[in-house]
Amino acid sequence: MNLKRIYAVFVRQLYLLGNNPTRIAGNFVWLTIAIIQWGFISKYLGSLGKANFNFITVILGALILWEFLTRIQQGIMMAFLEDIWSNNLINFFASPLRISEYTIGMVSSSIVTGLLGFLIMSVIAGLGFGYDIFIIGLSMIPFVTILFLFGMALGIFICAMIFQLGPTAEWLGWPIPMILSLISGVYYPIDTLPDFLKLIAGLFPPAYVFESLRAQLELVATMQMVLDNLAVGLALALFYLFLSYRLFLMVYRHSLRSGKLARFNASI
Amino acid sequence: MVILDVKNVSKIYPKVAAVQDISFTVKEGEILGLLGPNGAGKTTTICMILGILEPSGGSIEIMNGMNADEVRRKIGFSAVYTHVPANLSVLQNLKIFGLLYDVPDLQGKIESLLEEFDLTKFGKTKTGLLSSGELARLNLAKALINEPKLLLLDEPTASLDPSVAKDVREKIRNYTKRTGAAVVWTSHNMNEIEKMCSRVLFLSRGRILLAGDPKTLPGQNGKNDLEELFIAVAREPLSINH
Repeated sequence: MNLKRIYAVFVRQLYLLGNNPTRIAGNFVWLTIAIIQWGFISKYLGSLGKANFNFITVILGALILWEFLTRIQQGIMMAFLEDIWSNNLINFFASPLRISEYTIGMVSSSIVTGLLGFLIMSVIAGLGFGYDIFIIGLSMIPFVTILFLFGMALGIFICAMIFQLGPTAEWLGWPIPMILSLISGVYYPIDTLPDFLKLIAGLFPPAYVFESLRAQLELVATMQMVLDNLAVGLALALFYLFLSYRLFLMVYRHSLRSGKLARFNASI
Repeated sequence: MVILDVKNVSKIYPKVAAVQDISFTVKEGEILGLLGPNGAGKTTTICMILGILEPSGGSIEIMNGMNADEVRRKIGFSAVYTHVPANLSVLQNLKIFGLLYDVPDLQGKIESLLEEFDLTKFGKTKTGLLSSGELARLNLAKALINEPKLLLLDEPTASLDPSVAKDVREKIRNYTKRTGAAVVWTSHNMNEIEKMCSRVLFLSRGRILLAGDPKTLPGQNGKNDLEELFIAVAREPLSINH
């Protein structure tokens, strides 16, 4: 593992952001709109009746965390796509760069965009709607870690799909977070789902994160429940990360044999 | 000293044999021309040497079996079908590739390359805004940033005007003289091949059909020049294969 090579992949994405401010703006305008929209919806819901929790904290908190996961996944996917679109993959893989270093480089750059998004959303939610990111305290850290690991797994999985199916498979990457959010208990409890969807939800780490966070905010969480959810969520996230990386490696090695890498082209 | 030793290498796809049982060596300081019509197997051969395509059989040994990591650090590569990212500046691109190849004193190396390739004034220019000639010079600078011992050039002067192409050829010739690097060069410009290469291999349908000195090979095969020989190989390979 060579840090310079990882840094090369990382800094390549950073240069892209720096060279073209519209990339940053384009990224964060959507986040800002989402926060404002959901901020007002939460405010309205809060005014309807008495609840034992604050809608702003629950909904905006969930949105910020979910967008963090989404940014990580899409950051990795975009880093990969940038190399495909610029016909740069062969240059990279003909160099001493290893596939593991390439993956870590892409993940590192997605951390920057993910954290930037997280920061911007937290500030806007705080200033506009009085949202306090620290309300849950330090237990936020392991939950964010689980979402980060799962976002990484999703991003690497999509890269493997694009590698295998070609750049047009990019479209797969965009709706995945949206689809998963339906069954992950981001905006509503898992109990709201029909039984078969509850079972599916249990297979994905975000369900454990959001159920725990909601329980904590509603002051019904027990330490044991939170710890159990943390353990299951973390184990699942690591399992998916391992699986997606193995898949990416497998597709890469297959592409060396099949000639796909040598012929990989943005237009195919 | 043999820098590249290709032994009985093949690449067989389910429906086509792209390269079949080819063997050749390239020595220190030698420029070897790989010639052949489109689809002859030139790029497939280069990709296998680069390590981005796994051969179906045979072996490729670079610098006496140096380990794969070290080998990749010693190979330079430029081709018409790959590009450095167009939305990054010349300096940014060179920095990225310098980091990938772990180039010592990277800043100094970049400055000397910019000067050598007359790119200093384009340092902050986005690569996509460069002319074909400037881009060719940048691609070559990128290929040489790690002072390679083996340089793989797949049509490095394609689409360049004669003046820029001449400039590129001179820089490569000077580099090989200075460093003793071995070069594998593919081109469809026979005049260029004759000037640059001390030896050529004619590939057709994945096989080496002819090998020899580009100046004497046409006469040995009853042709007036390399271009005539190339056309014969492309159109009637069986008439050449004797």
